[in-house]
Amino acid sequence: MMFFISWRVMHREKQNKMSPFLSFVRKEFYHIFRDKTTTAILLALPVLMLMLFGYAITTEVKNSRVAVYDPSNDLFTRAVIEKLNASEYFTVVKMLKTSDEINEQFRKGEVKMVIAFSEKCYQNMLHTGTAQVALIVDGTDPNSSKAVVGYASAILAQQQQDMFQFTNIPFQVQPEIKLLYNPTMKGAYNFVPGVMGMILMLICAMMTSISIAKEKEMGTMEVLLVSPVKPSHIILAKTIPYFVLSLINLSTILLISVFILGVPVAGSLFWLLMLSLVYILVNLSLGLVISSVVDNQQTALLISGMVLMLPVIMLSGMMFPVENMPVFFQWISQVIPAKWYIIGVKKIMIKGLGFEAILPQLSVLLGMAILLIGVSIKKFRYRLE
Amino acid sequence: MDKVIVAEQLTKQFGHFTAVDHISFEVERGEIFGFLGANGAGKTTAMRMLCGLSLPTSGKARVAGFDIATQTELVKQNIGYMSQKFALYDELTVAENIRLYAGIYDVPKNDIQIRTHELLQRLGFESERNTFVHSLPLGWKQKLAFSVAIIHQPRIVFLDEPTGGVDPVTRRQFWEMIYEATDRGITAFVTTHYMDEAEYCNRVSVMVDGKIAAMDSPAQLRKDFNAKTMDDVFHQLARNASRKAE
Repeated sequence: MMFFISWRVMHREKQNKMSPFLSFVRKEFYHIFRDKTTTAILLALPVLMLMLFGYAITTEVKNSRVAVYDPSNDLFTRAVIEKLNASEYFTVVKMLKTSDEINEQFRKGEVKMVIAFSEKCYQNMLHTGTAQVALIVDGTDPNSSKAVVGYASAILAQQQQDMFQFTNIPFQVQPEIKLLYNPTMKGAYNFVPGVMGMILMLICAMMTSISIAKEKEMGTMEVLLVSPVKPSHIILAKTIPYFVLSLINLSTILLISVFILGVPVAGSLFWLLMLSLVYILVNLSLGLVISSVVDNQQTALLISGMVLMLPVIMLSGMMFPVENMPVFFQWISQVIPAKWYIIGVKKIMIKGLGFEAILPQLSVLLGMAILLIGVSIKKFRYRLE
Repeated sequence: MDKVIVAEQLTKQFGHFTAVDHISFEVERGEIFGFLGANGAGKTTAMRMLCGLSLPTSGKARVAGFDIATQTELVKQNIGYMSQKFALYDELTVAENIRLYAGIYDVPKNDIQIRTHELLQRLGFESERNTFVHSLPLGWKQKLAFSVAIIHQPRIVFLDEPTGGVDPVTRRQFWEMIYEATDRGITAFVTTHYMDEAEYCNRVSVMVDGKIAAMDSPAQLRKDFNAKTMDDVFHQLARNASRKAE
């Protein structure tokens, strides 16, 4: 496409003509940047949101998946595992044979926590009064990690008390807690990806749909359709400014997050950008689809607000853990692009994983983009027919 | 004579509903052709087909010498269009609006400057060159919208109820602009609600229930229907309409 456009520009200049497409794109930029209030809001939005969501909400986490590494396999450890499994907070999904498997579990994203016992736990407790238990927790989402650590520690303490309540020796199990990926439990690790998902959606889907709805409302769309400008060019010209704007916002967010909030981009910046580009594409086409079914700005705003914003805030996992939702809502969250994007961003930015790790997210988003572009083109043609 | 619009048995059906029912007519170069009809009579649908926005179900039409079904692109390059909503961009200045539409219609860059200058001079708008359109009075917007609609010197300009909501004095001035344009060889195809405006047309057609019920010069129509005014002619024709106004 870029090649096509630049070829067109060169071709035009020879004829001393200005491309209709480019005059149209320029007009779109005028629209956005003339409206000082909107521009200010759109540019300040990421900063504002990062501040707002700095105060994340604590939630309890149920049925966290746990893997167990238990070389002792004795009275104490078996009782703890049973208690864990019986509690509503945990589901023991796997028994690990070697300690080497621990990291692999996290890399695959299979478990939230690994509980690793030292050897001869029970014996050590009886003889030396201490035993080691390690709780290794995926700290990507600090709220749920905190909760998980709390629950597990409580269960350990409980079991200890149950077993040794009639003896006078003060036995102590010291759980050693190690948080992976987010050692200092910063909330920013969680909300930065969330804010990225939200802002990009807001700019792309919401603003695009509103700006097209406006043309319909004002009657200018009719005039444009009568003109020789191709409908596809009208649509493309509409999306370009918001594409640029979302790239500006993306860089703002990343700069703030790296230099102010201290959240590094642990993985590949290239794949982070690629993932973002695909996500932007999804949202631009979502905006086009919305604008093809509405005729005025208010409806466009309402639909993008209700159909896009709300689910992203509530169901994408940016505020409330998806695993804590009723099954029905977990299904719904599957079709929310932001959910996939946020997971992908967390993997790259925070876990530092590479291309293979985000392949599922990237493919889902790519699929969504293709589907939505197809629908919006079809919708637009149909309306013209 | 040079015929710029030729419609033959033009028909548009939406399901079982026939919005435009086998209409045939011709419009000559430089003519002001009034396209009248009650709401729902099918005039908007007919006009959309002539502008290349909608394909006919059957029949054919040539606009500016090009087939509306197969040469839509060429048709679009040779027509101008203005609707009741004026369709100027409020956030752009007068000059920017002109430049935008000239750009969209592929007017060469050098010509854009010349034509902008001429246009502003003709309208007496030179001092408003950099004024935002939203602060212009309605009558001015209307004049500007018309001038912009013919900035690319089209062969035909389609005017869809161009004087809606404008006071009679401004309407009169607007019609003078239409006359000026037709003097320069542009053909005007006008739909209107105002029957006094029908008198300004060289010829009018009256659509009833998707068909053309009458078509002639206003004077001839008045004579044929033994009526004093076009309003009277219109009512005699529309009385028998079976379709209710939407």
